[in-house]
Order: sequence, then C-alpha cells, then structure tokens
Amino acid sequence: MPSLGADMESAVLMEWHVKEGDAVKKGQIIAEVETSKGVIEIEVFEDGIVKKLLVAPETECKVGMPLAIIASSSDTVAQIEEIKQEITPNINEQSLAQEERIKISPAARKRAGELGVDLNQITPIEGVIQLSQIEAAGTTKVKTPEKEKSKDGMRQAIAAAMSRSNAEIPHYYLATSINMTPALEYLTKLNRERSIQERILPVALLIRAVVLALKEVPQLNGFWQNSEEQLSKEIHLGIAIALRGGGLITPAILDAQEMNLSDTMHSLSELITRTRAGKLRSGEMTKQTITITNLGDLGVESVYGVIYPPQLALIGFGAIIDKPWAEGDALCVRKVMSATLAGDHRATDGRIGALFLDKLNRYLQKPEELL
Amino acid sequence: MTKDEIKNMIIEQILEVAPDISVDEITPNGSLQRSLEIDSFDFLKILTALHEKTGVEVPEYDYAKVATLESMAGYFAGHL
Repeated sequence: MPSLGADMESAVLMEWHVKEGDAVKKGQIIAEVETSKGVIEIEVFEDGIVKKLLVAPETECKVGMPLAIIASSSDTVAQIEEIKQEITPNINEQSLAQEERIKISPAARKRAGELGVDLNQITPIEGVIQLSQIEAAGTTKVKTPEKEKSKDGMRQAIAAAMSRSNAEIPHYYLATSINMTPALEYLTKLNRERSIQERILPVALLIRAVVLALKEVPQLNGFWQNSEEQLSKEIHLGIAIALRGGGLITPAILDAQEMNLSDTMHSLSELITRTRAGKLRSGEMTKQTITITNLGDLGVESVYGVIYPPQLALIGFGAIIDKPWAEGDALCVRKVMSATLAGDHRATDGRIGALFLDKLNRYLQKPEELL
Repeated sequence: MTKDEIKNMIIEQILEVAPDISVDEITPNGSLQRSLEIDSFDFLKILTALHEKTGVEVPEYDYAKVATLESMAGYFAGHL
C-alpha cells in the first residue's frame, strides 16, 4: 500500500483491475483504494507480470503492507519464491490484527456512503450485503454517518500534515504585487478566437508562468529529505482544490514542464473534475514537487500558505483587483494581483524566493511567451 | 424555448456541476459565483454545457450580463 500523502496511515483496497498472470505496464492502473481523500487509482511503478495478489478486496491495509507480487522480467523464479516467503508471515499477522470487515461490493459501499446507511445495521444475505438492501435501507434513513466519518478523516489528515509543517519547517514569506492587465488583455484577445470549449482561464496562465519561472529558479522545486534539499527535474504542480462542503486536496498536474498553455488548461480542468468526483490516481497524490493555492475567486487579496511537507515551497495567488498603479509619472488603474511565496528556510534563503517572484512577474508582463 | 424553460435548464446545469447546492439556494438575482461559491471553472463548465444545449456561446466580455440566474436566462432568451 503506497503512502498517498504524508499523513496517510491506511486505506481500504476496494477492487483489483488485474488478475494473477496479467502482464502490466508502468503507469497502468491496477487497483482502486479508498482513502480519507476519496477513491484513488493505484498505478504500477514498472513493467512486469502479476505473480500474486496478496490482499482481497475490501481489506484495510496499513501503509507499506504488500498488496501484490509483481515480477519484473529480470527476476528469477527463485527470487520470487524468496520474496513470497519473506512477506507471507508478515501479512498473516496483519490480517489477524484487523477487525473483520463487512463484505459488500464497492458499488454498494459507495451507495451506502451516499445514502448514509450504517452497514452494521444490515444483515448480509449469504454473507454479503447487496446493493438492493442499501437502496431499501436508504429510503428510510437520511442521516449520513459514513460521509461525516470520511470528511472527518480528511480533516484529521490535513491537521496532521499542517501541524508537521509548522513544527518542522521554518517558513519565510515574500509577497509582490503584479500588474495583471497585460496578461488579462492578452487572454481576452486569445479567447475571442477560441470556442468556449477551448477557452483559457487566468489561472492556467498563472500556472504556466510558475512553471517557466521554476525552470529558471529550480531551487524551489523538490523536497527536503534526510536533512538535505533534493531538487526535481520534473515539475509536478500540486494544485490546492477545495471540495464543496469542506476539505482540501492538492493533487498534481504531472510533468507540467512539458505542457503548453492549452495542455495546462485542459489538464487542470480534468484534474478538478476528477478531484471533485473522487477519482484521482496514486501518482497525482504522491509526486507533488511544489504547491499552488489560489483563493482569488473568493476575493481574498493575499494568501500566506503553509508548505506541504516534504516540499520546499508554496505559491499563493490572491484576487485580481482594480487598483491605483503608478506607471512612470502617471497614476492609473490596473488589474493587480498579489503573488506570495512561502519558502523552507532550511533549503533556500529569501533571495531565491525573491528571484522566483521576479521571474514570475516578468513572464506575466510578456504573456505571449506563456503560450 | 420560454424563459422559464431556460431558467430550469440553467438550474439543472448548476446542480450538475455542484450537486450539493439545493434549489432553494439559487435566488433569481443573487450573484451565482459569489452566493453559491461557484468558482471560475464551474462557471465555465455551466456555460459550456448551456452552449451545447442551446448553441448560444457567451463571450467573456458578456460575463457581467450573465451573473445572476435571472439575467442569464434573459441573455440566453435574447440570443436564441
């Protein structure tokens, strides 16, 4: 069971998408697990063959517990046997320690969550709770204990990660005001030639500017691990996405360094939809190298964020507001946005953060370079 | 399509994008984005869906004319 966030302790394996003997390719989705952050699809790390599925669906697994044995082409039969021997006792121990889980199909469990049906109140038919039983129980019950529980789990997860951040990371904060008029005018012109499906939102332009600025100031992109900075060549941008009804998830736009403006907009739109639907992939939950939070839609002027460990920095965007702006000797009104940076002072100093904000500003003054 | 039919269609699309909103929360003259916490992505999604249904495309410079349920219904009724 991979750790899908610094704060995750366990998750329930819901469904296998492969069976023993299947060949799998790197990146292929092999299973779905349910965490406090919703259902997440688990990708496989390398090419190989599924030798054995070690965990049955509906099992709660601690982080680090083996879920399956996947043989890469270089593994010999003897090596695989050895691995099997090593982990089998381990698993038996863990399964015994678990309390017995209720047998129910993923669809029925999901529906039970939606309808707020308490699974302990239902007598399984032939040992398994049926979807029809959930529907029947749901019509007589309106409370939502399951949903409250999962939301509470997310609150706990956020609490743990943010407490750790504030305890461990010596943050420094920088802010700068950016004249967004050129970027917005450029976008208006661009969108006029595009259909509504291809329209670009300002946030996509901001993300592009972040990516290009990070290429020039890579010291902020990566992790603090084992008391040292580990920079990442790939830019996996964590995007803070608020969930309606509370909670927050920061899944990544993976390999943002390879995307143009349209790709970025498309990936972001797709990521938001899947986040709200609770359909994220494991890589998106684990690979973030830096995070962006944008509270502009709610009218907030600036946001000073808390870094998500073990990342090195967090970028905040506020609302774009009409403000008086001095240009040369003249005073005029411009669309102005505050951009902030929270940096880990163990890894970088304010100078690096300042360089980054300066590059970001420069890109937003030349929006045609962001295409 | 009458204005009331358009209104119902808009409400349907809002609920599609934000299923947790209840119909009573959608007031005729309240700002959709501010009062319902619909962000710029949701708003674009609603307009895209309405474009598919009606063929009317709201350009960005007309966003101020579609800020509330009432004005949005009026806008679509006028452009059909």
